[in-house]
Amino acid sequence: MSADPTQVLAFETDCHIFDGCGFPAPGLHSFLFEPLWGDADSNLYFNKPMLLALLGSIVIVGFFWAAFRKPKVVPGKLQMVAETGYDFIRRGVVYETIGKKEGEKYVPLVVSLFFFIWMMNLWSIVPVAQFPVTSIIAYPAVMAAIVYVLWVSLTFKRHGFVGFFKNVTGYDKSLGAVLPLAMLIEFFSNLLVRPFTHAVRLFANMFAGHTLLLLFTIASWYLLNGIGIAYAGVSFVMTIVMTAFELFIQALQAYVFVLLTCTYIQGALAEHH
Amino acid sequence: MSPMLQIAAEEMENPLVPPIPELVIGLIAFVIVFGFLAWKLLPNINKVLEERREAIEGGIEKAEAAQTEAQSVLEQYKAQLAEARHEAARLRQEAQEQGATLIAEMRAEGQRQREEIIAAGHAQIQADRKAAASALRQDVGKLATELAGKLVGESLEDHARQSRVIDRFLDELDDKATKAEAAR
Repeated sequence: MSADPTQVLAFETDCHIFDGCGFPAPGLHSFLFEPLWGDADSNLYFNKPMLLALLGSIVIVGFFWAAFRKPKVVPGKLQMVAETGYDFIRRGVVYETIGKKEGEKYVPLVVSLFFFIWMMNLWSIVPVAQFPVTSIIAYPAVMAAIVYVLWVSLTFKRHGFVGFFKNVTGYDKSLGAVLPLAMLIEFFSNLLVRPFTHAVRLFANMFAGHTLLLLFTIASWYLLNGIGIAYAGVSFVMTIVMTAFELFIQALQAYVFVLLTCTYIQGALAEHH
Repeated sequence: MSPMLQIAAEEMENPLVPPIPELVIGLIAFVIVFGFLAWKLLPNINKVLEERREAIEGGIEKAEAAQTEAQSVLEQYKAQLAEARHEAARLRQEAQEQGATLIAEMRAEGQRQREEIIAAGHAQIQADRKAAASALRQDVGKLATELAGKLVGESLEDHARQSRVIDRFLDELDDKATKAEAAR
């Protein structure tokens, strides 16, 4: 692999089986990119995931701009598609979990989160880009942090200081002697572990998905020598299958992320029980 | 693998530690999306969705209003029809009653007139009988006197005597008749 910052392939192109060349397995290094601009040692640089993240937001904004800038009561095709997506999140996620009255306020956030995450995930199978931005922990972490801050402040606002702790620790007198333990576990689970799992769930799924795709893609190329060609075919079919599977996982993970977001918001707004 | 990337990989052993620049870019990228959607695009589409909902519901409401109106008009007509029928029945009943009383009145009038006529007839007959009886009495007296005069040969033409005798005779006859009637 050359250090050329414009490189798009994740592996050497001249390495095949039986050529005395080891399998260039994908790994952590597959998720590291030479800066396109700046210096990796300083905190001033610009790399491919960053570019994809910004491009992704431009794509999302562009799509919704084209669809919703001058919406019509009788929608065109593009508006219809965008409306379907919007309505799916609004009704299917926000209204279902938080409710129509309280949830309306959070619709823009949840819709933005869903389409942003989906787009970031989709980069994974867009030719040339071929990298899910969400497989870099920073991106899911930012969004999980936004949700976490919102959740904490909402809980404080709704329940006050004491109410906040009761809500967070799942205070319930009927638990009796187990109550302190239950409160401790709930405190850890809700306040400390939750934002972490929220971010890592998305990150790990996309990380693993990308690794799998890389594995089969690299293997298809690497095995392309002698008898290995037959196995290369199998590997290539697997690449196609995994790509389709990833397409599904990308949408699913975006959905799971916003569903959890709504559940957290709902928990903050609900009376503690 | 380039030495540089290897070094970077070693540096970034933990993929769960986010580098600051990517956090910043991630935040910026998300804020761009959220900003546009929350500021303009979603309010836009919400307004249109609301308009569409109102248009659909307005149409439904109009249809419903028309239907209610039609229903009320129909009910009004039905009520009017029922009222008219009721009125007609009432008028018929009234006419029947009036006719019946008229007939009864006429019948009573006829009865009365008949009775009057009968009574008048009776009175007439009574009067005629009386007149006939008195005329007869005179004639019978005269005839009997004449006859008796002829038989007896004695003139009984003395009026005073004559009428006394006749009257006495007739009174006797009357007495006999009343006695006979009383005895019966």
